[in-house]
Amino acid sequence: MGDLKLAWRNIWRHTRRSILTMMAIGFASLLLVFMLSFQFGSYEGMIDASVRLSTGHLQVQAQGYHDKPEMRKVVKNPRKVMDALSRTPGVEACTARCQTFVLASSEDRTRGVMIMGVDPETESRVLKTSSLIRQGEYLSSDDPNTVIIGALLAERLKIGLGEELTILGQARDGSIAATVMTVRGIFKSGIDEVDRSTVQMLLTDFDQLFGMDGAVHAVVAVVHKLTEVGEIKNTVMQDDALKGLAVLDWMELSPGLKQSIQMDLVSGIIMYVILIIVVAFSIMNTFLMAVFERTREFGVMMAIGVKPLRLVKIILMESMFMTGLGLLFGMILGALLTQYFAGAGISMGGAADLMAQYGISGRMYPRLSLITLFSGPILIGVVTFFTALLPALRIPRLKPANAMKAV
Amino acid sequence: MFAQLAWRNIWRNPRRTAIILLAIFMGVFSMIFFAAFSRGMANGMVNNAIDNLVGHIKIQHPDYRSDPDISHRIDDPRSVMDEIRPELPDGSKIVQRIRVEGVAANARETAGIEITGIEPSKEKGVSFIGDAPIEGEMLEEDDEHGILLGAALADRFDTEVGKKLVLTTQRADGETQSRAFRIRGLYHAEIQATEKAYVFITLDAARKLVGNKNCATEIAVTLPENKADRALEQTVSKCKEALKPFNLSVYDWMEQIPAMKAYLAMFDMFLYIWFVVVFIAMGFGIVNTVLMAVFERMREFGLLKAIGMKPAWIIRMVLGESLFLLIAGCAAGTLCSLAFTWYVAVTGIDLGSFAQGVKMWGMSRMIYPAIDIGDVIAANAVVIVLGLIVSVYPAVKAARFTPVETMRQN
Repeated sequence: MGDLKLAWRNIWRHTRRSILTMMAIGFASLLLVFMLSFQFGSYEGMIDASVRLSTGHLQVQAQGYHDKPEMRKVVKNPRKVMDALSRTPGVEACTARCQTFVLASSEDRTRGVMIMGVDPETESRVLKTSSLIRQGEYLSSDDPNTVIIGALLAERLKIGLGEELTILGQARDGSIAATVMTVRGIFKSGIDEVDRSTVQMLLTDFDQLFGMDGAVHAVVAVVHKLTEVGEIKNTVMQDDALKGLAVLDWMELSPGLKQSIQMDLVSGIIMYVILIIVVAFSIMNTFLMAVFERTREFGVMMAIGVKPLRLVKIILMESMFMTGLGLLFGMILGALLTQYFAGAGISMGGAADLMAQYGISGRMYPRLSLITLFSGPILIGVVTFFTALLPALRIPRLKPANAMKAV
Repeated sequence: MFAQLAWRNIWRNPRRTAIILLAIFMGVFSMIFFAAFSRGMANGMVNNAIDNLVGHIKIQHPDYRSDPDISHRIDDPRSVMDEIRPELPDGSKIVQRIRVEGVAANARETAGIEITGIEPSKEKGVSFIGDAPIEGEMLEEDDEHGILLGAALADRFDTEVGKKLVLTTQRADGETQSRAFRIRGLYHAEIQATEKAYVFITLDAARKLVGNKNCATEIAVTLPENKADRALEQTVSKCKEALKPFNLSVYDWMEQIPAMKAYLAMFDMFLYIWFVVVFIAMGFGIVNTVLMAVFERMREFGLLKAIGMKPAWIIRMVLGESLFLLIAGCAAGTLCSLAFTWYVAVTGIDLGSFAQGVKMWGMSRMIYPAIDIGDVIAANAVVIVLGLIVSVYPAVKAARFTPVETMRQN
């Protein structure tokens, strides 16, 4: 107890210096808390955008469909799979979907497009295509033989609401499938690739047109919590209804997304490490000076019988007090700052267009979590401990007689 | 004299000076290297984008961009090329292409692609396809039935060199036209999306396919490497002037890929914010060290004042000391980071382990850090200017010591 008191008082012998050191530590931890929260928030935004626009968190498909999507690789009994998914705790909603490549023609243009058969009732619970409608309306099961098409595609086909779109493709059995559909709505997701090449129609129409016989290409599910995806995937795979089918999570469905998150995280970590090193050097000076300046004092203390190791302990306590206080303030301010921006969002300005290409909105929302709050400060704490250890370990080498002579 | 005094003062405590120099060194080093690394990454992205059939300058029908259809073509592209050729700097390359949307199909698979008609021998050094590694053979100039396919697309179609592929597109007269092509080669690109997006045939074959003997949809100009930045604006305006009589639009690469331009603007801002952040981290150390140096020497300052030194001179001396520290640290940091960056830039940094993420963002796998003299100056300026500003506080403290008070101490 006495040592603690001593250490505490020692810090305040040099108020200004101690406060500056604590500010350096506090600043670094504030920054780390905020930046990490920002990064994780943006990842969640990216994943959510990608998941809600196209892939869902989980998909059940026929084996091999993901690598080589072919018309004949189907999930034969989607009802059973959807029941199994709905039973699984943590699953928010699921929907069945078909897709294939067709030629779509308007009066004077023809383009190759990806056509999806969706069930509007369940689909709108899973994905947010319905909220992306810019003109007209979303699909409805009361209105068969209609399609919704991407805005860029509509432009290129020179087609508008209520006009007819001729569709020509290959049915499941290899025969030719052709029909004429009316454009009911035009959607814009902001992702050019999607808006340029996607058409959606009713699953029932798709089934009839392409002779799917009740089968689908994928059952898409979203879950309540991103972190539970792995667990839910494992549970679902155990289910008998899914025997012989493949279950893919969002990381497998869009590996590019996962890797770009990893890459961003790694480059972020490199930045943080650089920052921590710079901070470490800038506070090492204070710790070193605090020891050198007090050579005489240590000499006296040793002479009156304080064991060198106890002195080391006191010195380390001092630096840990400073670190701890600095980290505490940094974390509190960092958390406040993060919470503020978590509500207000951060506008990405000119980069918004670029990010729209990848389905990310122009506003980023940092997200505070235990990981983002503690991992940075803990790392700083560890580094400063070693920074402080270096000068402290010099103390046992001092000889009391010589040390007392020092100025 | 102040300079000399300040210089000697900082070496009165070599250990302290060495540590603070190390902190400044680390800061400057990391700033410059990080800047070079990320600039290398950005350059890679820009070059990839320009290589991706964009080119520095592009001439198209005014409506082609919003609606890339063969009806928005350039008729008699030769005469257009002849018109602008004298306006281009020496060493520029100029190519004509036909690019139309189409559908590729074989027995197994159908996919939407972009049919690109090129003059194969002219694409070298202009777009990625001219220099791409190819399995099989490159197209010959007069090959009317050959096609080049991206490796990823071939994989999806489960096909290989020598097999057939049917292309369908809309002709100039609005009719739909299909023709069979034989796969001559499979190309590899940096970005997989590219491999899936483009198939290449010869310009003549493309003209036949769209049913117009003398047309192109675009003319692309690649400027010589050393002139790409400086001559761009001027050349664009000269081309615009020369093409007045034609109903055509001229775009530089930034207009063609506005997202990239926005990214570069954000990139600069981000970098400078980062510089300031790193500075703040070491700024605390600088203030602390200078402050300690000042407090240790209270007696000295008191004495100096007692023998008639003005407070302003003391401020000058203390600032001189930190200026020396800052300059020495910056110089060492700059030199070492330049040397290190140069060393790394020779081999490049391989981001292979993030291959797909890298591809998604259109970057190169290999990153060659690029030193930008502006970044180096900015990093040094940030450290020295802000460093001096934060040193004002200890300097003013030193100037405020009163002789009597200080000389009583110790």
